[in-house]
Amino acid sequence: MLSIELGHFALILAFALSLVQVGVSAYAWQRPNEGAFSFVRHAGVMQFVLVLLSFAALTFAFVTSDFSLKLAYEHSHSLQPTLYKFTSVWGNHEGSLLLWVLILTLFGAAVAVGGANLPKASHNLVLGTQGFLTFAFIGFTIFTSNPFERLPEMPLEGRDLNPILQDIGLAIHPPLLYLGYVGFSVCFSFAIAALISGKIDAAWARWVRPWTMLSWIFLTLGIAMGSYWAYYELGWGGWWFWDPVENASFMPWLTGTALLHSALVMEKRGALKIWTILLAIITFSLSLLGTFLVRSGILTSVHSFATDPSRGLVILGMLTFFICGAFILFAWRAPTLKAGGLFSPISREAALVFNNLFLATATIAVLVGTLYPLVLDAFTGIKISVGAPFFDLTFGALMVPLLLVVPFGPFLPWKRASIAQASKRLFGAIVLSLILAIIVAAYLWEGFTLTPLGILLGFWVIIGALADLVERSKLFKVSPSVSLRRLAGLPKNVWSTSFAHMGLGLTVLGVVFVTAFETETITTMQPGDQIEAHGYSVRFVNEQNVPGPNFTSETATFAVAPVGKRENLVASEKRNYPARQMPTTEAGITTFGLSQVYISIGDRVEDNGRVVRIWTKPWILLIWIGTVVMALAGTYSLTDRKYRIAAPNLVRKQALGATK
Amino acid sequence: MTRKQKRLAIIGGLSAVVLTAVVFIAIAMRGTASFFVVPSEIQTQNIAINQAVRLGGIVKSDSWVKEGTSHNFLVTDCKTDIAVHYDGIVPDLFREGQEVIVEGALINNELFEATNVLAKHDENYVPKDMVDKFEEQGLCPGHTDEAYG
Repeated sequence: MLSIELGHFALILAFALSLVQVGVSAYAWQRPNEGAFSFVRHAGVMQFVLVLLSFAALTFAFVTSDFSLKLAYEHSHSLQPTLYKFTSVWGNHEGSLLLWVLILTLFGAAVAVGGANLPKASHNLVLGTQGFLTFAFIGFTIFTSNPFERLPEMPLEGRDLNPILQDIGLAIHPPLLYLGYVGFSVCFSFAIAALISGKIDAAWARWVRPWTMLSWIFLTLGIAMGSYWAYYELGWGGWWFWDPVENASFMPWLTGTALLHSALVMEKRGALKIWTILLAIITFSLSLLGTFLVRSGILTSVHSFATDPSRGLVILGMLTFFICGAFILFAWRAPTLKAGGLFSPISREAALVFNNLFLATATIAVLVGTLYPLVLDAFTGIKISVGAPFFDLTFGALMVPLLLVVPFGPFLPWKRASIAQASKRLFGAIVLSLILAIIVAAYLWEGFTLTPLGILLGFWVIIGALADLVERSKLFKVSPSVSLRRLAGLPKNVWSTSFAHMGLGLTVLGVVFVTAFETETITTMQPGDQIEAHGYSVRFVNEQNVPGPNFTSETATFAVAPVGKRENLVASEKRNYPARQMPTTEAGITTFGLSQVYISIGDRVEDNGRVVRIWTKPWILLIWIGTVVMALAGTYSLTDRKYRIAAPNLVRKQALGATK
Repeated sequence: MTRKQKRLAIIGGLSAVVLTAVVFIAIAMRGTASFFVVPSEIQTQNIAINQAVRLGGIVKSDSWVKEGTSHNFLVTDCKTDIAVHYDGIVPDLFREGQEVIVEGALINNELFEATNVLAKHDENYVPKDMVDKFEEQGLCPGHTDEAYG
């Protein structure tokens, strides 16, 4: 099909256009003129259109099973369900890189269109930086990982997508994660533009915050989705493995969260400017580091497709260039910034600094745990592995003080505050969470562990977050109808802060519960057998061979019920994908309230028996519910009028007010 | 205190927190990191009993005996074999003659008790650490070529 060449051509055109955009942007920086500004904006939109065309051409080849395209031959199969033909496009190195570039240009175009209210010179520099990133990444795609390579002869059948990736998760997880990762490029471009122009003020923070929030929402959902996918697909019952690839996405999330909070201080109080700029640079640098770790092939995991080691060097070069370049610019320009508003060591600002301190230190812990084995191997050849025990210890210890302080934040006024006063207002929440934690911990007592502390922290963060709403609405102090009216009149950011913190508390509670109270039973069962597994009865109903579109399945059906309740039927499978001669395990998961029972089947044993592995996962759903609540809270804050991109006059007026 | 002293005190305090954390991270690293070894290194590197390690090698042909959930097999680097016991479900791609990584510790001089068994999960997946070691020490030549090819 000719469309493949058209797609290839569109990508090359976008590459050339991004270079021109950078050049014109540099020219317009020196000689500001409307024509050049307008060109830079339109170039940003055009790049997106071109990359979208190129992506569409690639997708078309996959969906129509055009195996003359090498990539489609290697990663697709004509019998795949249509959804997987779509997702196969990015279920490989080259295609996923093109998706990365597509999203980069999408953000470039969004800034070009949505940033019309920015001062022209700043807007120009932001777009120029974004164009430079696009140039580098399209270049990398075209020269080292071209997705449009053809085969001289067209094979009759493709080699199929890795069966582990043949799942709805591949349709959701990578795009969400990339939207988050790459979204931080906008914050990066804003930081670079601010450093070049030297204009860094509260208005800057106001422009950057919605982009940070947007990326943070996507990254939150992307990580949560990845975690849930790994949980149900890999069949090991784990939801987080501290695998380097997971850490790679978690680090920008941690610093992105810190950035959201520090930009707040900068916006409201004009303080922490240097630190906020640095965080914006660090966050995107960590996104790039993540891309490097995953795409270079230095790690082996389900994410790293078979890659050619020379690509790793090129990505490392790009990574070094962007990160070092940004830091050199930072070191050169940062000292010229004037320090902003002062604040006392006990104040809302100080609480947000505390948040940043612990998030940044936690990032260091994750970074060390992720990179140290790689560095040690590179320099000494000693191979060690750093796993969950290290991260649980260090990251866990750092989270305790952070979570203790979270509810205090919204109760502390700006500039100067008193802990005694905040504690007094939080007294009800302190007592309530203590009582709840003691009841729950006593009910589930399993000896002296850290579990009760974890339960207390979870309840404390949730109740503390709600306490803010209770306090502001004067609930129980005035009549219910007045409180209700007050509640409805609260600013959006109060609601979103409260709900985001509550989501965090829910996730913490879920993590603590499932870590402390999950159970695992491994046994052999015959059809008809019934066993008790920690409060649930599990009956092996039957086993059947079921054909799938591009696989065959041995499906075992179980009936699971909490003691004395109605039973749920759940199917657990072993599949075989003939195209790759590869078996997979599809876990059977059934939900009771917030808890789940998770069943994996193993090998067949004598007669009709099966090795069966049964986990009970109390309250595990809270982990993901919490992340969704966090993302929804973030989304709600984005609807705040003052961030509305379509309200340019208002924003400009406020920006002017803030700079005065 | 002057404004400057105040600022210095705050920066000092923040650095102290970060430094403490870094020291703590370093200590945690020494306590929790586990070494990656191939069977011949179990002796040469004096791996102690109950020391957590990751053992990489090839599941020796005709060595895998399973009884229900209990698995016994030999992990070899074509020079030395180590007997491994694992109670649980082995991964889908666990096969004799293929690469495997087991996590666990020696429980006596003879037997390695695995807490986790990892096999490749894609035909392109190669346990890189293991292939590197095999190539360095010239072990099992056929295997590494095929795995890298």
